[in-house]
Amino acid sequence: MNRRNFLKGGLAGGALTFLGKGKEAAASVAPPPPVSDITMLKEGKYPRGMGVLYDLSRCIGCRTCEAICNKEHHLPEPDLPFDDTSVFERVRRTHEGARTVVNRYKIKGQENPVFRKVQCNHCAEPGCLSSCFVNAYTKTAIGAVTYNEKVCVGCRTCMIACPFYVPAYRYSSAFNPIIIKCTMCYNTRLVKGEPPACVAACPRDAMNFGKREDLIYMAHQRIRINPGKYVEHVYGEKEVGGTAWMYLSPVPFEQVGFDTTLGEKPIFSYVKEFLSIVPMVLTIWPALFSGFYLLATRKESQKIKQQDIGEEGKK
Amino acid sequence: MNKFVAEGFKPITSPYKEDGKTKWTIQEKLLLGLSTPDYITQLIRNPLNWVFALIFSVGMPLVALRFIKGLSFVTHSSYDYPWGLFLGWGLFVMVPLSASGFMLGTTVEVFGRKDFKPIERLALLNGLLGYLFAVVFLQVDLGQPWRLIYPMVVSLGPQAVLFLVAWHVATYLSVQVAELVPAFAELFDMPRTKKFIKSMVIGLTISGIILSTLHQGALGALFTYAPGKLHPLWYSSTFMWFHFFCSAIFGGLSMLIVVSTICKYFMAWRCDDNFLNNIDKLTMSLAKGSAMALITYLIIKIIGVAHDNDWIYLVSGWGQWFLIELLVGTIVPLVLFTVAIRTNNVGLARFAALIAVFGIALNRLNTVLIAFNWQLYQEIPHPREIGIVITIYTLYIATYRFCLARMPLLYTWKDK
Ligand code: SF4
Ligand code: SF4
Ligand code: SF4
Repeated sequence: MNRRNFLKGGLAGGALTFLGKGKEAAASVAPPPPVSDITMLKEGKYPRGMGVLYDLSRCIGCRTCEAICNKEHHLPEPDLPFDDTSVFERVRRTHEGARTVVNRYKIKGQENPVFRKVQCNHCAEPGCLSSCFVNAYTKTAIGAVTYNEKVCVGCRTCMIACPFYVPAYRYSSAFNPIIIKCTMCYNTRLVKGEPPACVAACPRDAMNFGKREDLIYMAHQRIRINPGKYVEHVYGEKEVGGTAWMYLSPVPFEQVGFDTTLGEKPIFSYVKEFLSIVPMVLTIWPALFSGFYLLATRKESQKIKQQDIGEEGKK
Repeated sequence: MNKFVAEGFKPITSPYKEDGKTKWTIQEKLLLGLSTPDYITQLIRNPLNWVFALIFSVGMPLVALRFIKGLSFVTHSSYDYPWGLFLGWGLFVMVPLSASGFMLGTTVEVFGRKDFKPIERLALLNGLLGYLFAVVFLQVDLGQPWRLIYPMVVSLGPQAVLFLVAWHVATYLSVQVAELVPAFAELFDMPRTKKFIKSMVIGLTISGIILSTLHQGALGALFTYAPGKLHPLWYSSTFMWFHFFCSAIFGGLSMLIVVSTICKYFMAWRCDDNFLNNIDKLTMSLAKGSAMALITYLIIKIIGVAHDNDWIYLVSGWGQWFLIELLVGTIVPLVLFTVAIRTNNVGLARFAALIAVFGIALNRLNTVLIAFNWQLYQEIPHPREIGIVITIYTLYIATYRFCLARMPLLYTWKDK
């Protein structure tokens, strides 16, 4: 065997064993390894992971999910106990002490209020991830968007870039300020093959955990079987490139605090235009300005040359 | 200092004392050639120093408290407004006003306009200090400033715009330091170092242009992450980087006019004839450059509105605020510059530059603080945050003055 064939054989063999291993791994254990989303972003792929479908019409505002999340992630005790309904008086957002909050919305012409839970939506192409310059965020293959506090510098660009105002920041801490965000319970539960804590704890079955594709099917099915009960839209199916956490609502989404103006383009696509000029500047500028320099200095060097010639002529 | 000069004192401009043989010691150089008691007298006599001392005595403890008690003690930065005045002023306003370094470097070294030499070094210093203090501001604002180096070595996120900013500002800072080494080398008698840097000045300058184009633009591109959060009139995913880059051009030039004016009137004792005799003429040339950049900026600003079809917003209150910004920050200085150039009125050009600088500040603060989260509420900075910003800016001015008084920037070093 000559050397070239040997190399070829080696490479092909390597690839084969690699593929084989991949299959094996997929078949045996449940949680797939985390993949950084950079390659996927580049290829424009939407990872097919798991997700949660949250049905606002089923939620009764008991805040069990808030309580269990607080316990699961050892967050500080809130000022008011979790069964205190006075918190509903104003609309809250996630903060240092809460990865998730439930809000109450009074709807005009309707007796019963509608409740809505807020947490990270685990976007397919997360704005937080693409804006983070130390790559603290990871879109895992299972669908959860996780955050690594060990590398976070605290620039808070992710908070600028998240279209859903999700990441909160521990401003009160001088020595360990970090981002607080729902991780879909990735480390504590998903890796063990369990559903997120809040989903499992919900007494009204308001949330379903499953394959994202199945959930989308299920959502449309629910809309179809219950005519008039839901707005005919699955929020999160397409918003900003699709999110893993999706919503069904009995009232128009903007009445319960959803931003319905976000569009379907992922956040990253707005930045691409600038990023695409970077290599252009990097390659064209040096040539262009060296050219200017040569042009600008040619006169001088010509002068010097002529002087030289003149002097030589004298000799 | 003026009193000493009036009494016949001449600050150091060459390595040798008046007898032409003995060299100045480094300490004497740092004291500008004054004796220690004289130097102290001069310090105490200057009222500006008293103002500085007052600001530092209040502000420095505040800075310390920020690092002991955390950001929430000194800022109103909230979950919805992660960026406040520290970055709004310290990064987004300071950086465009420091574009003078690469502008003048390019003019003199690349385009061969040797006539701009008298202010080249001032422009370089303005650039270097502006960037340096932008980093200082950034350090105050970062949650974990001790991890500043992380995006360079520990964990890289190359797809992020901020990654570009971090790398480019860092490399550009070293380029600017290198560009100022000759001045430093002259003062401290290091001819070899100077020669070495001189041999690569073209390379440095061109890399300066590239890095500046990209990070000035990148600062604007940072906001393209927030469509919907930033008001559509200020937002443009296509043109935003170019808006920021283009306004940095007249920002840098106008800032140079402003600081050179300050030097001319308040530090004349440190300027040599080369600087003083040329400054009015050069101011007019800078004014021409600014006017050109201003008109380009105005046009692409309008194209930006047209491209996204944002005309409808112009009739709202936001639209009026946008038009005021455009009028005060762009059209007024443009008209003033044009009149000044026509009538060759240096004073007017200087006034126009001041307004242009104000216009940049207004635009950046609008983008970062006022038009950001326009559908939620407007953030009002915490008094302590304002205090810290004033303190660090004062430190910037003090450092600026310290360098100007010593290094051969406004005067030419007489080597022989
Ligand atoms: S989601 Fe479930 S647990 Fe949470 S408030 Fe609604 S009903 Fe209660
Ligand atoms: S909702 Fe916000 S924080 Fe969550 S993945 Fe999307 S961009 Fe990131
Ligand atoms: S998925 Fe986990 S982290 Fe996220 S809100 Fe639910 S319990 Fe909290």
